[in-house]
Amino acid sequence: MSDLRDLYQEVIFDHNRHPRNFGKLEGYNRKAEGFNPLCGDKLVLYLKVNDDDVIEDVRFEGRGCAISTASASLMTEALKGRTVAEAETMFKGFHGLIMDEKVADAAPELGKLQVLEGVKAYPSRVKCATLAWHTLEAALEESDESVVTTE
Amino acid sequence: MNAVEDTAARKTGAETPPPALGERVRAQFPALHQQVNDRPLVYLDNAATAHKPQAVIDTVNRCYSRDYSNVHRGVHQLSERATREYEQARETVRAFINARESREVVFVRGTTEAINLVAHSWGRSHLKTGDEILITEMEHHANIVPWQLLSEQTGAVLRVAPITDRGELMLEEFERRLGERTRLVAVTHVSNALGTINPVRRITDMAHARGAKVLVDGAQSVPHMPVDVQSLDCDFYAFSGHKLYGPTGIGALYGKAGLLEAMPPYQGGGEMIRQVTFQKSTFAPTPQKFEAGTPHIVGAVGMAAAIDYLNGIGMDAIARYDRELLDYAMAALQDIPKLRVIGEAPDKAGILSLAFDDIHPHDLGTILDHEGVAIRTGHHCCMPLMERYCVPATARASLAFYNTRADIDALVAALHKAREMFGP
Repeated sequence: MSDLRDLYQEVIFDHNRHPRNFGKLEGYNRKAEGFNPLCGDKLVLYLKVNDDDVIEDVRFEGRGCAISTASASLMTEALKGRTVAEAETMFKGFHGLIMDEKVADAAPELGKLQVLEGVKAYPSRVKCATLAWHTLEAALEESDESVVTTE
Repeated sequence: MNAVEDTAARKTGAETPPPALGERVRAQFPALHQQVNDRPLVYLDNAATAHKPQAVIDTVNRCYSRDYSNVHRGVHQLSERATREYEQARETVRAFINARESREVVFVRGTTEAINLVAHSWGRSHLKTGDEILITEMEHHANIVPWQLLSEQTGAVLRVAPITDRGELMLEEFERRLGERTRLVAVTHVSNALGTINPVRRITDMAHARGAKVLVDGAQSVPHMPVDVQSLDCDFYAFSGHKLYGPTGIGALYGKAGLLEAMPPYQGGGEMIRQVTFQKSTFAPTPQKFEAGTPHIVGAVGMAAAIDYLNGIGMDAIARYDRELLDYAMAALQDIPKLRVIGEAPDKAGILSLAFDDIHPHDLGTILDHEGVAIRTGHHCCMPLMERYCVPATARASLAFYNTRADIDALVAALHKAREMFGP
């Protein structure tokens, strides 16, 4: 049996209690809403992407479980200063990490995001960890539609 | 009782109380006796679905192994046996809810299908633009969405009666919303998210005084307490077999005979016809009129086996034990810091919706599962109700008569553990 502490690491509690980049972003130019109908979690993600496709700033609002809040908070930290293409690669790497799939060549640097690796032992919680990332995808596609994680 | 107490009891000759109902019946439910996450399973997700006694498992097995064929058609032995058992199951359901006649019992897939059947058949043939359907704020999606669909199709208006902070229906507000145009009241007997037991008889009296029909969602009531549709005087009553310790995919719709007879068919097909020509078909009388196609024969027989089993214990005894266990749980939960119990109606069945302001139900569910405690987390198909209480979701522990005080103790210990993990 996996240890519960592998899932709920101290970093996750910290980001859950004090989410970084929390609140509305003034002057955003991309926005999407994420919604998980299974647990009622809602998340709004704001991005400021410049002409060179660099994510200058990112913030989020909403409420969710510790995993989804920490994941959103950690994601915003990881995204700042990255290009849109880098963000997409990062999502692939992150997805591979928590789904326990081998990511083909050039696994991106995930840094602190790796604290969420414990989620892979809890299939029913994967959607909590990916809600922010699916919302990011929708925001980058410039679609205003609510996204729903269906995994 | 530990060994020391046991010895002491014998020495003094003090009588030990008889074991509680839960302790006596547990052995008859094989699925309860397993380890999850290296801990003994504590199953408290009974409002979602209940485990099956060996008697039901054996009946289903025996049906498929021996007494199985299609019903109402063959002249051969097996078909006659299966038909007899299937119709006997209908009679068992009739007696269980005290319906007047067995033709008032229609077999369906479950509560959801029962409600949709009424919406489709009775609703479409009786409702017109401007007519009203009255529901309550505590309804399950299955008792909201079919009426919304019906309203869209017919131009009827859906109205909602509010509840108090404690989770009780506001009867005066309910009555105020009953009007000239109210054709149907659809109300749950026991709330799946709050445990509230609604005063159905008073509701039917109020509705009938205005000429409205009443449908009762009985999914959560039949497992917890005796139900008598004649004394409730409801027009329709819907429930599921799988929450009643029977198989999945089977349930029953009760409808007053006169209403069912006047209703058009729900689905067309075999079993439900009297005569078919390419010009026109005539239909079988109720209940066959509503049972198109091969029914869930073994499901119905299995549900009847569950009812026989419950009758052996007695629904009154089950209701008493449910209340005892609920009171024990409510008292024990008070010791947990920052825990909120949503749904505090005095008249309440064994359903506990729990919420911490600073621990999301999903996290709670995972931590409890780690301790072997199975509860349900989420909105319990009551999104409007969750909004009413300003929570995205709750953690719901729901009791069955096979649960024990030890199960409640395990729940409380696991909640303390979660509280510890997330900080005081």
